[in-house]
Amino acid sequence: MTEHTIAATQAIVTLDVALPGIIWGSIITVNMWAKSIGTGVILLGAFLYYRHKKEDMPSLRWVMPTVAFIALNIFLAFTLIDLHQPYRMINIFLHPNWTSAITVGAWMASLFTALITVMMTIGIMDAFPDLRRNCAIGKTARANSAVYEKIYPFVVFLAIPVTMYTAIIMAQSAARELWQAPTEMIQMMWAAFMAGSASLIYFSNNWTAAVRKDLAFVLAISVFGSFAMYMGEYFFSFKAAEAEATLAYVHAGGEYFGQFWTAMIVGFVLPFFMSILAVKSDNKVVLKVAATATLIGLYMAKDVWLKIPQLLPLS
Amino acid sequence: MKLGFLVDLNLCMGCKGCEIACKVENEVPLSSWRLRVKYLDVGVFPTTTRNFTPLRCNHCENAPCERVCPVSALHYLDNGIVNIDNERCIGCAGCIMACPYGAIYMDPETNTADKCTYCAHRIEGGMMPACVTACPVEANIFGDLDDPKSHISDYIAHHQNNGGVQVRKPEKGTEPKHFYVGGGQQTLNPLAHQRIEGYSLFNNITHLKHVGQPNHGIIDRFMEPFASHDEDQGGH
Repeated sequence: MTEHTIAATQAIVTLDVALPGIIWGSIITVNMWAKSIGTGVILLGAFLYYRHKKEDMPSLRWVMPTVAFIALNIFLAFTLIDLHQPYRMINIFLHPNWTSAITVGAWMASLFTALITVMMTIGIMDAFPDLRRNCAIGKTARANSAVYEKIYPFVVFLAIPVTMYTAIIMAQSAARELWQAPTEMIQMMWAAFMAGSASLIYFSNNWTAAVRKDLAFVLAISVFGSFAMYMGEYFFSFKAAEAEATLAYVHAGGEYFGQFWTAMIVGFVLPFFMSILAVKSDNKVVLKVAATATLIGLYMAKDVWLKIPQLLPLS
Repeated sequence: MKLGFLVDLNLCMGCKGCEIACKVENEVPLSSWRLRVKYLDVGVFPTTTRNFTPLRCNHCENAPCERVCPVSALHYLDNGIVNIDNERCIGCAGCIMACPYGAIYMDPETNTADKCTYCAHRIEGGMMPACVTACPVEANIFGDLDDPKSHISDYIAHHQNNGGVQVRKPEKGTEPKHFYVGGGQQTLNPLAHQRIEGYSLFNNITHLKHVGQPNHGIIDRFMEPFASHDEDQGGH
């Protein structure tokens, strides 16, 4: 009999309602993953501009905001479709509650995307002089080309809180002890550096070897840092009974065990060694494989970390 | 005024009268509950006991749901009740994620968050919450915590020695205004007991696979205002 086999408390729920399953699922995973790309390319772009001359990476000026624009629109689209009342999204702007990280994040991300749109328009119009030559948007963008460099520092500054605010939302989820604000904030930063460097690697064919070396180096450092934090949380999470109970879902094997360790190997361990190899050899193929593996592994890791705290019964 | 709730688990006999009264009073849809009574079997045969724990919103003084709600759909009333405005809710489920007590659900009919409001509409009219009225053994005690002469204040004062009055998850710092007398680690801490598939008395459903309306997909969410309009026209 089961009641004889439960050693801890011999307490068994014999009648209760059905509990909710996964509330924030894969839509939110895509949301976080895309945001990491959108903010990461901006942060990495700033790093590259600081370290190298513009001539070393001529297409960066339009590639960076364009990739960010696409990723941020995916992020915003997935934010919207996750709402059960999507048309009421406007209420965040009409009736904002400023104690909510969701509100602050929505405002910041909207401003960030607007500025990225301006940068992308200017960047593309400058890079392709024959594009929309007589169009009012093209003329205005080319006439105000200097705006790009003026707003870029502010955009870089804004990219940091936009990257990290999701960690605050998770931390405001008082029942999910696995999500601790400082840890998740730093994980979000690592994710941005991972996704940003991985995304820019695809466009780095015609950039100098020194630039690719820097991208590979950032990728190696960020996957190592993120992996180390995941391992610390996975093996040494003595924070609270709830965190321990949450991790038990992974420790016990099964679906999330497989996904977690696949993510760690594909998205963190392999890219680390491949990007270290690329730093030394400037092997473009290896670097692109590392970038692809990173983006896949990052999605899988975020998915596991998002879902497992939701498996815990709260009452 | 600060309204609070107390359940004396020594008195509760698990009749579920409160659960049904809540369902009827608030028209809570199928697959959703504002108040539920959990049955818990404790011990090893033959020394076993069956425990009943009514669970509802704790109306926390420091409510995580109110803090995380991006549009203030969840808000405090002057009497301390954490109320919800369904017309403003955007359905982000942030409150469901934030509540450490699992007390909030996505209403499958309105596709907005909902929860126990201590029957705020009844209180406004001078009545007790429906669950209090329905309880045959007066295990549910409701009243003003700020009034030292109220029944609930008196009950707390009478039982608070030796940890007799408890709240769920005090370590969360939410300052719940829902108290229990006669509770213990096994009844109030969800990690101290097990949910085993197939060992529920009447069914084997332990988890819902959907949040809100099960047939309310992404496209439906965007089409809903138009679909509702068509249905209204057809209905009349």
